Amino acid sequence: MTQYTALAGHTRFQFKNLATLMAKASPLRSGDILAGLAADSAQERVAAQLALADVPLKNFLNETLIPYEQDEVTRLIIDSHNTLAFAPISHLTVGDFRNWLLRYETTSEELQKVAAGITPEMAAAVSKIMRIQDLIMVASKCQVVTKFRNTIGLNKTLSTRLQPNHPTDDPAGVAATLIDGLLYGNGDAVIGINPATDNLQAVTELMKMLDDVIHHYQIPTQSCVLTHVTTHIEAINRGAPVDLVFQSIAGTEKANNGFGVSLSILDEAYDAALSLKRGTVGNNVMYFETGQGSALSANANFGIDQQTCEARAYAVARRYNPLLVNTVVGFIGPEYLYNGKQIIRAGLEDHFCGKLLGLPMGCDICYTNHAEADQDDMDMLLTQLATAGVNFIMGIPGSDDIMLNYQTTSFHDALYARQLLGLKPAPEFDFWLQEQGIVDQFGQLLVTDHLPDPFAQAVNDQIKVAS
Amino acid sequence: MNSQIAKTLINKKAALDNTAAQVQLNPWQHLRHYTDARIALGRAGNSLPTQAHLAFQLDHAKARDAVHLPLDYELLGKQLRQFGLPVITLASCVDNRATYLQRPDLGRTLCTKSIEQLQGFSQLQRHIYDLVIVISEGLSSLAITENIEKMLTELLPSLNQMELSIAPICIVQQGRVAVADDVGVHIQARMTVILIGERPGLSSPDSLGIYFTYHPETGCADSKRNCLSNIRPRGMSYQQAVERLTYLIKEADQRGYSGVTLKDETEVSDRSAVGKNFLLPLLRKEYSAE
Repeated sequence: MTQYTALAGHTRFQFKNLATLMAKASPLRSGDILAGLAADSAQERVAAQLALADVPLKNFLNETLIPYEQDEVTRLIIDSHNTLAFAPISHLTVGDFRNWLLRYETTSEELQKVAAGITPEMAAAVSKIMRIQDLIMVASKCQVVTKFRNTIGLNKTLSTRLQPNHPTDDPAGVAATLIDGLLYGNGDAVIGINPATDNLQAVTELMKMLDDVIHHYQIPTQSCVLTHVTTHIEAINRGAPVDLVFQSIAGTEKANNGFGVSLSILDEAYDAALSLKRGTVGNNVMYFETGQGSALSANANFGIDQQTCEARAYAVARRYNPLLVNTVVGFIGPEYLYNGKQIIRAGLEDHFCGKLLGLPMGCDICYTNHAEADQDDMDMLLTQLATAGVNFIMGIPGSDDIMLNYQTTSFHDALYARQLLGLKPAPEFDFWLQEQGIVDQFGQLLVTDHLPDPFAQAVNDQIKVAS
Repeated sequence: MNSQIAKTLINKKAALDNTAAQVQLNPWQHLRHYTDARIALGRAGNSLPTQAHLAFQLDHAKARDAVHLPLDYELLGKQLRQFGLPVITLASCVDNRATYLQRPDLGRTLCTKSIEQLQGFSQLQRHIYDLVIVISEGLSSLAITENIEKMLTELLPSLNQMELSIAPICIVQQGRVAVADDVGVHIQARMTVILIGERPGLSSPDSLGIYFTYHPETGCADSKRNCLSNIRPRGMSYQQAVERLTYLIKEADQRGYSGVTLKDETEVSDRSAVGKNFLLPLLRKEYSAE
């Protein structure tokens, strides 16, 4: 195993292996301290970054962070590495890789060509020596487009997951939030519910409900009930209308086992979802969620820092050509990402690494009430991610998820970002919104005192029920 | 009419008119009947109207204060005295709130001084208790201040009826759920019940949680605990919490274990739907036929 050293001032710092070097080079975050992996001083951190900048990219193929024999994610990373795609960058060190990414000549097309030659560890390593503006600049050059019933990730678009959660899955409660979101122009990435229970029958009812609404109003979007992947397989076997199959994933085999999944289970789910052929413009059928800290919280991080573990999860996602990959950045709590500064940086790192690896990255820009963060921090991350070209964000009423008890971006927030940066929803969805009279051609909301016809009766009928 | 009142009313009306001119309201406000979600907030341009924005800020401020305002241990001591049980005050290995939030491992461990205190106590008593009640602010001091008195008023008589020997109540400053294991081990109790402030939600800053563990050990797996959550005036009632907890205690005592394998069979389905999906014509017809 290679020893890594660097001189910072008069002190020579030593790092016993690549995993340690990467952990010590990580910008400060509470989860790495909790894991006992963080740099002991600011100088040690920069020394590690200096040493990391000198590491040839090739080394990441030879020095695996978890042994090949012990971990199926490592095997996936090594076995799926594309040598041909790697060729244009194979001679670079991490430091020069950063320079290469920032060059004028490295265009969107160049980045797409090398994506399959970049491993998660290479992406994580270079992100550790990048500033926020670098993370934004390079990510904005990566374009990843995916399709199911609409086209997500096109230039100058920003999509949203409409998240109509309700603490008891009450159909009327879900419907009320659903219509609120649609009338605020949200829901093109997916209409996705976190169910209150994993009970198969309850989950199937929700799947049918979303499917009925999408078909009745002919909404060019897709639905997802965020239940365990095995429940999806069971639901598909029983004929439930499944658009997207969901699963939370992590960057080590053991952490995935903690989620009750493995590559073979995911393979099975992917095949099942593909067999339904429900996409109309494309067949990206998977929806994954990830987040820094998940491996550590499952006691399955193997001395690897949480950001590198997170990037390794993207290797798992990449295997299944997902429609959406969502890093749920601030949900896990302050023991992993303590404050707004740490959450913001982590969100941008995840978006950058995912995009560089060729994934359709979105971000759940969020925080819990025990984190040192507030709406201002979310506004900063939202604005930065939107400029970086994030594929999608969450949309919930007034930022308050009454089912999961955390705060994420609101329907209004998405409209703010679209207005500020001249972004549009997915084109098919945008056309539908205009057709319904919800927005005009410039994306401005049209609904005032009267509801668009298709919704008027459904909503107005409820006045007598409510009163 | 008193001219001062008349003036105030006129001012209020003017203020409302001003708001109406700036804010686009949503004509589906009646749908709030179906959900506590913040729907139909209206908009100023694309953004939240001032009222909705500040209402959110206030709710977040309540949740933040619940996390950060220190628990008034003196007041808590006073509240506990009325129940006639001795009280021991202990502390976890955490010495400030920032550390508490970032180092759950330290919050799960009783500090050395507290361990010695309990060991000294149990050497004197030479008694193995059936149950110890532990109280900690956890993530919400408000949950303790608001709920503890009413909770114990319901709980203690029920425990007395079960003829259990109850150890002194232990307050643990800056504790996490698992700190109750250390307390149980060192005070020598067969079962632990910890009443702890839960992570505050935006609309529920005062939520109390109860965790029950049979045969606590240091490093006990979380799967060996049973949990009751969302106990507060607008959530699970104190009475319901006591019914469930006493059921769990009885069952665990008989079977010799607690945790995920001990199902809470008192749990009733909470899926009492308020209404159906009204977005589809077929279902709307069904609805009006009812």
